[in-house]
Amino acid sequence: MPAVTGIKDATAIVGIGQTSFAKHLPEDERTLACRAVLAALDDAGIAPGEVDALASYTMEETDEVELAKAVGFGDLSFFSKIGFGGGGSCATVAHLAAAIAAGQATVGVAWRSRKRGSGPRPWTNTAVQLPTPAQWTRPFGLLRPADEIAMLARRYLHEYGATRDHLFNVALACRNRANQNPAAVMYERPLTREMYMSSRWISEPLCLYDNCLETDGALACVIVSGERARDCRRRPVYVHSAAQGLPAQHHGMVNYWNDDPLTGPAWAAARHLWKHADFTPSDVDVAQIYDAFTPLVPLSLEGYGFCGRGEGGAFTEGGALETGGRLPLNTGGGGLSEAYVHGFNLINEGVKQLRGTSTAQVPGAATCLVTAGEGVPTSALLLRN
Amino acid sequence: MLTPVTDADGAPFWRYAAQGELRVQACADCGEPRFPPRPCCPHCQSFASEWRRTSGRGRIWSYVVPHPPLLPDYAAHAPYNVILVELAEAPRIRLVGNLVSGPGAAIDSFSPDRIRIGARVQVVFGGDGLPQWVLERP
Repeated sequence: MPAVTGIKDATAIVGIGQTSFAKHLPEDERTLACRAVLAALDDAGIAPGEVDALASYTMEETDEVELAKAVGFGDLSFFSKIGFGGGGSCATVAHLAAAIAAGQATVGVAWRSRKRGSGPRPWTNTAVQLPTPAQWTRPFGLLRPADEIAMLARRYLHEYGATRDHLFNVALACRNRANQNPAAVMYERPLTREMYMSSRWISEPLCLYDNCLETDGALACVIVSGERARDCRRRPVYVHSAAQGLPAQHHGMVNYWNDDPLTGPAWAAARHLWKHADFTPSDVDVAQIYDAFTPLVPLSLEGYGFCGRGEGGAFTEGGALETGGRLPLNTGGGGLSEAYVHGFNLINEGVKQLRGTSTAQVPGAATCLVTAGEGVPTSALLLRN
Repeated sequence: MLTPVTDADGAPFWRYAAQGELRVQACADCGEPRFPPRPCCPHCQSFASEWRRTSGRGRIWSYVVPHPPLLPDYAAHAPYNVILVELAEAPRIRLVGNLVSGPGAAIDSFSPDRIRIGARVQVVFGGDGLPQWVLERP
């Protein structure tokens, strides 16, 4: 018997699809979901009737029944949903990869459709806020995800001597790539340091440009076995390693009640991710790191092992995150400047890089890290071509 | 303003706060304090717990200054401060609260410019059952 090899390179992403991105799209979430899924299947050259597995987020409003009957899927033998908002993005692909590698399904579709641009801000719905942990935070005016992350960001800046310029480096890299991407919401909107430093506060120390966009849009991707992938229309992008991470005594975005609030789920996911990989952080050609808020990037750079503890701010210096830098970041523009669709655009951008079709192509890119939200139970993928 | 929507585990905290006492849940078997409250001890798995009175002293671990868009009641006070207080007795317990000029004062009564990480603070109760914080040495 050969040794158990797990999911390493056993599956590949063979199709990606997306709608346009905008502050407001006229169609509803269900229609957008159908369009993105059908575009991804068309990209792969696979008929909807062949799909037998689905994965999405628990926050996804279009459920499996609605999607399957609308676009004409076959009999489904595997479907899963992952919790914790943007922490679930990469886990959708991970669950499908595991299911296909284990023989539970053959063609998987992951998707996310969201009208976060024209829809309500979730934090304004005080009726559905769960008693734990909101009872410990909301009455005092810690109301929004931006406030909860700003609390960790302030401590991060204080403890490590990182500065707002480091956070600006993250915002700028994303914006510069968006300026190359016609599909990005911020395609024609350059960002300067002057604009960043003089913008309005959202929750000090975070300003407007430290926060992601509010976008309507949908994306999807198609996953099949490596064997099947060789017969598909596009160059396969292999799922080399995948992980979820929920560290001991973690508390979500209000991770204030343990020994070390500044080491979050990225560290836990990274341990599993690298344990099963044939390469190291220094071999990663391009990274798509979840960027709902700029401080999540230095935290993730540390968590996934690109630099040491407290060095994430300094890592961004000298154009490190730009094209030609040490680690080109969020090459479609990310959540900060392309679209905020709970991080699914980061997955599809990783695929584009490894196909060689990104609008900000890293020459010869062969490996890509994609991460889901740091600061909540998270997930990550190592992709290779 | 929002009031705490409590659950079975959290209710004792708010009952004691209404009496002007800052208490935290601790394991009745191994003695380990824990926050937020929960059904059993993550260290020894005991379901027996007690509510331990604290000195109400701590240090500011971090803070934020929210600006609009906010819920209307909070927008009326913006910019205000929200601090995170590391309790003297249990450093891994960090309570969210507001630094105010005195008991019962509004959440925007203390200038954010004067807040420093590491500053010593003391709990006070203003009458609405929410703990508030004042500088130990104003």
